[in-house]
Amino acid sequence: MNHLISIEDLERGDIERIVSQAERFSEVSDREIKTLPTLRGRMVLNLFYESSTRTRSSFELAAKRLSADVVNFAASGSSVEKGESLKDTVLTLSAHKPDAIVLRTPWAGAAELVSRWCSAAIVNAGDGKHEHPTQALLDVYTLQRHLGAIDGASIWIVGDVAHSRVARSNVLAFQRMGARVTVAGPPTLIPRGIEELGCEVRYTLDELESADVVYALRMQHERMSETWVPSMREYAAWYQINGKRLSPRQTLMHPGPVNRGVELSGEVVDSPQAVITAQVEAGVVVRMAVLYELLAGREARPPAGPSPARAEPVAEGQAA
Amino acid sequence: MSVSEPLIGGLHSPAELLLRDVHVLDPRSRLDARRDLRVRAGEIVELAEPGALAPAQDGGEEELIEGHGRLRLMPAFFDPHVHLRTPGQEHKEDLDSGTRAAAAGGFAAVIAMPNTDPVLDSAPLLRSLRDAAAREARIPVGFLPAITRGLQGEQLTEMAELRQEGALGFSDDGKPVQSAGMLRRALQYQRLCGGVLALHEEDKTLSHGGAMHEGAVSAALGIAGIPTVAESTMLARDAALAGYEGARVHFQHLSCVASVEAVADAKARGWRVSAEVSPHHLLLTEQDVRGMDTRMKMHPPLATEADRLALIEGLRSGTIDCVATDHAPHARDEKEVPFEQAPMGSTGLETAFAALYTGLVLPGIIDLALLVERMTAAAALFELPTASIATGEKANLVLVDLDATWVAGEHGWESRSENCCFAGRKLQGRVLLTLAAGAVAHRDRALSLVGA
Repeated sequence: MNHLISIEDLERGDIERIVSQAERFSEVSDREIKTLPTLRGRMVLNLFYESSTRTRSSFELAAKRLSADVVNFAASGSSVEKGESLKDTVLTLSAHKPDAIVLRTPWAGAAELVSRWCSAAIVNAGDGKHEHPTQALLDVYTLQRHLGAIDGASIWIVGDVAHSRVARSNVLAFQRMGARVTVAGPPTLIPRGIEELGCEVRYTLDELESADVVYALRMQHERMSETWVPSMREYAAWYQINGKRLSPRQTLMHPGPVNRGVELSGEVVDSPQAVITAQVEAGVVVRMAVLYELLAGREARPPAGPSPARAEPVAEGQAA
Repeated sequence: MSVSEPLIGGLHSPAELLLRDVHVLDPRSRLDARRDLRVRAGEIVELAEPGALAPAQDGGEEELIEGHGRLRLMPAFFDPHVHLRTPGQEHKEDLDSGTRAAAAGGFAAVIAMPNTDPVLDSAPLLRSLRDAAAREARIPVGFLPAITRGLQGEQLTEMAELRQEGALGFSDDGKPVQSAGMLRRALQYQRLCGGVLALHEEDKTLSHGGAMHEGAVSAALGIAGIPTVAESTMLARDAALAGYEGARVHFQHLSCVASVEAVADAKARGWRVSAEVSPHHLLLTEQDVRGMDTRMKMHPPLATEADRLALIEGLRSGTIDCVATDHAPHARDEKEVPFEQAPMGSTGLETAFAALYTGLVLPGIIDLALLVERMTAAAALFELPTASIATGEKANLVLVDLDATWVAGEHGWESRSENCCFAGRKLQGRVLLTLAAGAVAHRDRALSLVGA
């Protein structure tokens, strides 16, 4: 694998390989010294066009635990307004010869584009409303640990599917792993044609009890002002996952950050069925596994500047 | 109302040519046979059986081209919908590069849209633009100034004065008139000034924020979609308004089943409507957008296979009157951005004939005569004479090698921009020579080899 752009590019075997690698890394994160030398001398560049504390710091931790150097580059809205194009920014940053670029942008397809413009391995950390593949991988990892296996499970993804890159990546990833996926939400927030991905579509939660896993999506406040739904109150009345709707045998997931009282009631967030914290934990080891997958087998890039390469490449498999 | 000559520009070097043993195809006169044809001083002066015409003894200027009974000579094409980006966006295209691209595609005349910077919405601007076209355009160009000032949809342009200054018609292409009341005023005013109103149909309240066709592909890509009803409901509304006012309207770049049906319905009612379709809508679908190639991003968006088939059927039946490229050049750096950020549009002048010949004629979906008819029909829709191959006619001719294959863009483009949705495709049918208003406007490098 050269890049991680989209779950669509992955076979089940690829997902399983990354997930088992993450399992091995999770043993390390329980040790006193959590750092492995695997990616010593490699540079990981976090290039974020959207503010994101969680995903960025999760990638940063993952890279540091593998001893990679990390550079964070926040391309704020203003730097875009200064007029530098995505391509020019990437070409400029490529001069520092990063081995991997972790990229988040508000634009579908941006990660794919960037992979054509430079030789670094590209990790898509969210491209517009298109995909967020590492979120899907960490969710698969979390569910597999929690349920044992995903095959045959019924998973409901509930909420604002239209504006969710998590929904798209997870529909694909859960199905690759053998689950049956249903998306449910207000008709204004379920995109026409989504069933072509192979999922079922529901506009009410009447049959939610058939789900083994309930995956609630974040409901953003601006969706109200854009009149996608009449009010938060009405949204919560029809689509909030709460103690009445969630049955004790169901597992509850959420990509965070949670809007308590909107998509989830406080009680279910704090219930033992919720694996939301486990998802966050999984984020680091799964992202370690992704960086390992993309970089460990690759030749280190020669460092920028006149001095010759110094860091000796670390043998693959050392981390396992 | 007295009107300036509506087409302006073209080279002032009347052709002197003898085309020997070319296969002449003129769908209107039903001529489909090998002929010799002589052009003198830019006019077709002789049309005879193959081998009947000898090179002129006196005419040292006359060029001889041998067709070997194989090269096709057809009336040159007419494109009612191009963006020449002048004034204001000459980094994308200018009058010279745009008309060179047109000539290279076999077009003898084009109609330019007004979404320039500033918007073409006043008589002085039209006058200066026509002056520039007289100097710079390789083939004649007609201009459609805006229906409303600044394309804002709020106040009519001085349509009567614009007509006197040579406006061929009017269009708010790209920023269609949203208010039915405003469009109705323009349709009424047409009784005074004439001129076809060319309408890009798009209800912005339905299309707002969308970057591609709303359907399975947009759902999978997470890109906001534009529903086909954004076009078809507005088209049906405007057809009814035109019918009510007895006005003459032309619907631009149809893209979906429902729009074809709405045009058919309007025509059945006797309303004075016509319609065009672009090569990309006849040949490509939303599936071609899966890779998020920004050259596949255009207004209206590429729709489904069912839509594409309906457009082909509409073109065949005559519900759709003509082909228009909607040639929309954009600079490389403007298109080399994520899909949602990219501007709408694809270039098309240089590939239109070959793409349609390869995609529709070679597989037997439509025949060549019909394609040529539809690529020349727009002139009459805009009340201009149609190119025809007969003695006494001005030479508006295109010579094509139907066997030649080429890869679109392999040798670069005449256009200043390269955002062509057919780039990299292997096409069959190569324009060798274009005569526009009596002058040689384009000559392919391969031509001398063929002629030798």
